[in-house]
Amino acid sequence: MKIIIKNKSDMPIYEQIKEQIRSQILDGSVEENEPLPSIRQLARDLKISVITTTRAYNDLMDEGFIISVAGKGYYVAPKNNELLRERLLRSVEDSLELAVRDARTAGLSEEELIGLLKTIMEE
Amino acid sequence: MENALEIKGLCKSYGEFSLKDVSFSLPKGYIMGFVGQNGAGKTTTIRSMMNMAHPDSGEIKIFGLDSIQDSCAIKQDIGVVFDDLYFTPHLTPKQIAAQLKCFYRHWSDEKFFGLLDKFKLPAKKKCGQFSRGMKMKLMLSAALAHDAQLLILDEPTSGLDPVARDELLDILTEYIGDENKSILFSTHITADLERIADYITILHDGKIFYCDTKDRLMEKYIVIKGGVEELPKEIEERSIGYHAYRNGFEAMFERSYESELPDGIIAESADIDEILVYIAKEAAKNEKA
Repeated sequence: MKIIIKNKSDMPIYEQIKEQIRSQILDGSVEENEPLPSIRQLARDLKISVITTTRAYNDLMDEGFIISVAGKGYYVAPKNNELLRERLLRSVEDSLELAVRDARTAGLSEEELIGLLKTIMEE
Repeated sequence: MENALEIKGLCKSYGEFSLKDVSFSLPKGYIMGFVGQNGAGKTTTIRSMMNMAHPDSGEIKIFGLDSIQDSCAIKQDIGVVFDDLYFTPHLTPKQIAAQLKCFYRHWSDEKFFGLLDKFKLPAKKKCGQFSRGMKMKLMLSAALAHDAQLLILDEPTSGLDPVARDELLDILTEYIGDENKSILFSTHITADLERIADYITILHDGKIFYCDTKDRLMEKYIVIKGGVEELPKEIEERSIGYHAYRNGFEAMFERSYESELPDGIIAESADIDEILVYIAKEAAKNEKA
């Protein structure tokens, strides 16, 4: 697994960790049941606070991406396709909503916006 | 959560200066950054913990033991690194080891010389001739060789080059890796803390201004900038360290006020340095008033 922290980023460090672990789980580059580094190991490797890594792991657990096994550590959660799909759908909805809002502010017509979406999808 | 360090209602005055009701605690297994202006009381707090200064009132517990009554037992388990070497300068690390061995129950020569090796410190050179970075590493080696459970660092990075500072951060994150060891880290180089510190305590004018997790601190304040006429008076009154100049103003706010700010005002998250500067500006303003 690869985690890279940008120091000069607007995204808080715990968000960066979450984002990267999540996307690697989603795109399959990390397998289910694969062990994750311990909270302290990760903090040490990235030279960041233990509380920051704890927060990232707790959020990922709440979202169902990883699980904690008492006495053993953290693992990538077994794939739950239903849940994953649900979550992705929600994220698509949110992003589209945002796009529509921006399009309205910019005064884009419906056709123009759909045209734009098609262009992006063809890429 | 078990605390490595617990300070309750610490008061101490020397002439003009006083520590006023300082209370905070450091949970075991974490790093706490201890910041504030020169003269805010950081070193007095640290000296009180070590029983080197005698508080007027208050209580300090380290590993649950009383800092005065159990001072000897506590000192077996703490390690300190100051900005200046506290070993006799004409002694070599080898001679220092021979001395320290007599005092520390858990002293390990193997660990000490292993660390000297790792840090590339000559065992047979007088330590007074060491560079600043080498002196810091020598103090750290001594602290780690007696298996200190709590490290107290008072300005260890002042005058160090970026490489030596980075090495120190490496050593510190490795040190707390076992979940049992804790660090109180006093420094003016707050960029170091913004990375590794779990908790931050800010001392201002002998009083605690902030004591909580670093993540919460980094989210708590924003610095805003804009034209003087853009900021309504009632909002200005809630600012910290408002400062107007010819072409605009700067001030710090709690983020919770962000939604009330007028459009066109630039808001950015405040870092620890900025927080310290605005607290000082606010205090100077109130003194004048």
